[in-house]
Amino acid sequence: MATTHYIGQPTSRVDGRAKVTGQAKYAAEFNAPGLLHGVVVSSAIAKGKITHLDANEALQLEGVLQVFSHQNRPDLAWLDLSYKDMTAPGGSPFRPFYDEKILFNQQPVALVVAETFELARYAATLVRVQYESEEPTTSLEANLDDLYTPVSFKLGYQKPKSRGDFKAAFDQATTRIESEYYHGAEHHNPMEMHASTVFYEENGSLTIYDKTQGVLNSQHYVSMVFGLSKKNVRVLSPFVGGAFGSGLRPQYQLFMAVLAALELKRSVKVVLTRQQMFSFGHRPVTMQQVAIGATFDGKLEAIRHAAYSETSTFEDYVENIVNWSGMMYSCPNVEQEYKLVQLDMYTPLDMRSPGAATGVHALECAMDELAYKLNIDPLELRLRNYAEEEPSEEKPFSSKALRECYQQGAERFGWANRNPEPRSTKDGTALIGWGMATGMWDAMQMPTRATATLTSDGKLTVGSATADIGTGTYTIMTQIAAEMLGLPLENVTAQLGDSSLPLAFVEGGSATAASVGTAVTYVCEKIQKKLLKLAQAANNSPFAKAKLKDVTFSEGYLRLRSDATVAVSLTELMQQNSINTLEEKATALPKLLKQSKYARNTHSAVFVEVRVDEALGSILVTRVVSAIAAGRILNPKTARSQILGGVVWGISMALEEDTFMDHTYGRFMNHNLAEYHVAVNADIRDIDVIFVEEQDTIASPIGVKGVGEIGLVGVSAAVANAIFHATGKRVRDLPITLDKLL
Amino acid sequence: MNSFSYSRARDVAAAVDEVALPERQAKFIAGGTNLLDLMKENVMHPRHLVDITHLELNTIEDTLEGGLRLGALVTNADTAYHEQVDTRYPLLSKAILAGASPQLRNMATNGGNLMQRTRCYYFYDTATPCNKREPGTGCSAIRGFNRIHAILGTSEHCIATHPSDMCVALAALEAKVHVRGPHGDRAIPFADFHRLPGDTPELDNNLQPDELITAIELPPQGFADHHSYLKLRDRTSYAFALVSVAAALELDGDTIREARLALGGVAHKPWRDPEAEALLIGKSATRESFQLAAEKILQGAKGFPYNEFKIELARRAIVRAFEQALTNEK
Amino acid sequence: MMEENEAPQLTEDEKKLFEDLMPEDLDEILDTGVNRRHFLKLLTLTGGGLLAYQAAAAEQVLTRPLSLPPEALPPSTLENAVDLSLRINGTSQKLTVDSRMTLLDTLRERLGLTGSKKGCDHGQCGACTVLVDGRRVLSCLTLAASCEGQSVKTIEGIAQGNTLHPMQQAFLKHDGFQCGFCTPGQICSAVAVLDEAQKGEASYVTGPVRLKAGAKPSPVRLSEEEIRERMSGNLCRCGAYPNIVAAIREVQSGKPVEQTWNFVG
Repeated sequence: MATTHYIGQPTSRVDGRAKVTGQAKYAAEFNAPGLLHGVVVSSAIAKGKITHLDANEALQLEGVLQVFSHQNRPDLAWLDLSYKDMTAPGGSPFRPFYDEKILFNQQPVALVVAETFELARYAATLVRVQYESEEPTTSLEANLDDLYTPVSFKLGYQKPKSRGDFKAAFDQATTRIESEYYHGAEHHNPMEMHASTVFYEENGSLTIYDKTQGVLNSQHYVSMVFGLSKKNVRVLSPFVGGAFGSGLRPQYQLFMAVLAALELKRSVKVVLTRQQMFSFGHRPVTMQQVAIGATFDGKLEAIRHAAYSETSTFEDYVENIVNWSGMMYSCPNVEQEYKLVQLDMYTPLDMRSPGAATGVHALECAMDELAYKLNIDPLELRLRNYAEEEPSEEKPFSSKALRECYQQGAERFGWANRNPEPRSTKDGTALIGWGMATGMWDAMQMPTRATATLTSDGKLTVGSATADIGTGTYTIMTQIAAEMLGLPLENVTAQLGDSSLPLAFVEGGSATAASVGTAVTYVCEKIQKKLLKLAQAANNSPFAKAKLKDVTFSEGYLRLRSDATVAVSLTELMQQNSINTLEEKATALPKLLKQSKYARNTHSAVFVEVRVDEALGSILVTRVVSAIAAGRILNPKTARSQILGGVVWGISMALEEDTFMDHTYGRFMNHNLAEYHVAVNADIRDIDVIFVEEQDTIASPIGVKGVGEIGLVGVSAAVANAIFHATGKRVRDLPITLDKLL
Repeated sequence: MNSFSYSRARDVAAAVDEVALPERQAKFIAGGTNLLDLMKENVMHPRHLVDITHLELNTIEDTLEGGLRLGALVTNADTAYHEQVDTRYPLLSKAILAGASPQLRNMATNGGNLMQRTRCYYFYDTATPCNKREPGTGCSAIRGFNRIHAILGTSEHCIATHPSDMCVALAALEAKVHVRGPHGDRAIPFADFHRLPGDTPELDNNLQPDELITAIELPPQGFADHHSYLKLRDRTSYAFALVSVAAALELDGDTIREARLALGGVAHKPWRDPEAEALLIGKSATRESFQLAAEKILQGAKGFPYNEFKIELARRAIVRAFEQALTNEK
Repeated sequence: MMEENEAPQLTEDEKKLFEDLMPEDLDEILDTGVNRRHFLKLLTLTGGGLLAYQAAAAEQVLTRPLSLPPEALPPSTLENAVDLSLRINGTSQKLTVDSRMTLLDTLRERLGLTGSKKGCDHGQCGACTVLVDGRRVLSCLTLAASCEGQSVKTIEGIAQGNTLHPMQQAFLKHDGFQCGFCTPGQICSAVAVLDEAQKGEASYVTGPVRLKAGAKPSPVRLSEEEIRERMSGNLCRCGAYPNIVAAIREVQSGKPVEQTWNFVG
């Protein structure tokens, strides 16, 4: 095998060294002399208005330059459209400092700008804000009378789809279950707090380091809101400290930093506090009802899945929650309902596997309940209802190796040894339980462009305005480019996170590997073509009749496939032709017409073992096997990490995460990392990841589907099902904390 | 965080002098793991910080009575690891190691651990009323989110808990807190150090503002043979206790000669009831005996909408802790 | 991004795209440019992807210059200044800091050592973990003023020049990170864990250790459970925990930990 073969290899991250040495710089870490610090003042009430805002005391502190608020903001863009970013849901985006109205708790009401962080932080406590408070409406449960069907447009949203006649089929079904499920609000809480550093350049243009999942999205937002030409706004984001959806939309610290920089004509950095990380978007509280009717031998006849969720008073946030119930199994009659309530809170925000984490949890718990009612093994029940074709659209799957996932996962886990009886397995004071679930997510490809530059010293650079939020984008770009041109990894540099790089979509939806990977492939192909042409130009060139498929690029050489001794080094080729640089651009567009004929998804089967203390109720997930079918795996090392991360998220979601809203104040009370619990190292034990490879060039030309989110889907259900198996207790609301098992 | 002047105390007397004048609004700082947190949250606003870290209160020594004297400025970590503590008072080591994280234990001092304040969400959040932070403004927790709050010793003014693990063990071991003030030294029995909220929720403990903790004294009896610190929390580590139990026994064969039982996470101070312990003396070390003690110590327990479960959880945890103490298993 | 109503110079690819997606609009686009209606239509059709055309060629992604000399602050902004001298990564530093300034902010804002991260600023995440006099602590809850005369080691001081510390190498090998934000804190903690275990320092999950009076504690053998407990003060939202544990095990045991890539089909 050629030493320059990288695709499919467990390559260590190319940005790894920068990360383990502390060299990698994140949005708040770019300094320059004279950089000012901005601290945001957050509202103490959820609804009402500011009656009085007095910044005098703050301004009197030496070193405090200005306090911005609705009282002194400049005129900004007028249209809602100007504030809409690429992933905005329908409605009117929030405009910071727009007026005195308070729409949600912790709404930013002022920005204090000072010479040092300590000064700004203290001055922020001196800004005297008085409010006229109204009673907020923040409870989904208390306001179900106000449910309405959303009509909003949001990127990727699909309206629920019903088929057949659920009621008739359900009424006639021999076995029926009906359950309600619930989970509370959850917050993204990436380790990096949101930050924007805006450098005010000499010519008045802005260079912005923003914590974002899409530099073009931030650039677009800034130029539209502040009426700036894109040529004068550059957004950079070389490293992102995790995002999980929180960076899909520009957050208010970006607005504030730009505002301050433009007004003061100085460079300004604004970093949100961890408390403020709970103020701009969350996975919404969702109540779900699932009803399933089946035959006595487990054939699904009728499914009804309803979800009721929350949104803000100014935007309709929607998720694909119930849709999965129509897609995952063969079932002729499906009824779906999805409604929202408008509440006095900030608009919810896509959070890792939005909709699926929620909806598949409910469905997979319901399937487990059904399995027990039918006395059929939970895995067997899934197999009996396996959907060969995607049932809601009646389209073939572009690929679906889910059966293999079930089989491999079950075998690795030892599922066949399961005693189905709840509470049948004990170990000292602990009850042991095994549960499983199916997972499903989208496999998308977005229009993306990339550039490639090959220099005569054998160095290659590829670039696209995409992001690496920990997913490994830098690495897969490097792998693909290196292999395409047969160069060693260390000769290849991937560039991203720069708005002056070619078009890429926000990093989200697990679409980046497929989208950017394809673009990098195409642009490298163009370089290949140019190189071949150069080789052909020589007199009596042995490559004269060769087409691209007749040659290989490896170890720095262009060779004939039929005769490897016929080779020329790329550097020599360029030097001989006096060419210093070869540059190309390519656009990778999804083949929409072809793709639209197929359902394109990733699939998984997850098996979980839990230990529950019989008396005390404490729960530990001791073993997980996650079998993933996600097309072609570009890098098993980084892909496995993605799945591990998804499983950790699933465990965290199942057992720990919950942002509690005190409805008296309309305020999230546990808005910090001590009381909002994300999984710690000790919560996580053995996790086994299996990849079932699929050949699928429909999902994307390079066969890649993306693994960022599939790892999470279904995990919480598998945990809940395992807890039922261990204890006999069916807990239908998350998180499953020990008190629920007492 | 308001600006403050910072000084290093050169000796205990000087340190005490610095905080003696109330108008100075001076506070001691050692590890700073709670004080700086509260200052950043704008809950506490000292104008002067007296750094006492380098005072000579940083040793652990035997006492004449056969006990152990823990300097107030020894870190929690060093205390837990100390050979004499680990060998003679493993209950204390265990309790310390159950708390916070390794980094925090490296910073926090023994004195500071006693002084740490509640983690009640409403106390920490200046946007919500809190009688502890501002007397007379009301207790938001009583009708709010009270999962981490008290079930014992509450008042209509405050239902906060003391979050420490170390203090629960110190209560069970009947430690004494040595303090020095402008008028000299005194020793406060551990049970009298922390207060119940009553109608003075703003006061956490009985230390006077101008007093400095110098040492914590452990009596000779360490219950090294049969002890258990059991901590129940919402995740496996790095979380405050929902309920914690320090249980210790001295046995004569199968008969209990002496018992100690203290609860954390359930009250404004570590909760101990000598009558519950008395119920165990002379009895066999059986589940039934432990259950009786549990019932007694939980007498009068009152749950709130979100923490009612703590009563049953504590009941079971007490039994489990004693059973673990019997075998000294984890 | 397209300025509204700009008549673009479309590449062949772009022409093809518009032809495929919006054949009826292609002429209009070529004549008068992409207007808002086209923009929204494109959004819907491609699922939100936008076509942009770039004027400028790609430039190198910047990282601004690393270490800046400690900034001299105008005296007026330092109300309660504290003069400080300490060692950081082996180098003596003399600074005047605001009494409120934490060690973390001193490192990041004054000394250009941004490797230590601010994940919460309240001691609840561990991202700011550094070593002070050999002990791992949270620099966000440490006043710089209290570090007088102390020796601080940050992630920037873990490697020996260009040679990575075995822990850093192990993290690279086992992919003990994803976004990398918690990583400096994880590595500083991990290095300390080895030291603590060597000294026989226990954790909550260490079984009863009954020492004979006067005996020195023997090093703790770090099981996976021990490593997990001892590292629980460092949150990782990306969920790299299993790999972090593998990396630490490898360094502690001195034996390579197996890496398995499970492939089927």
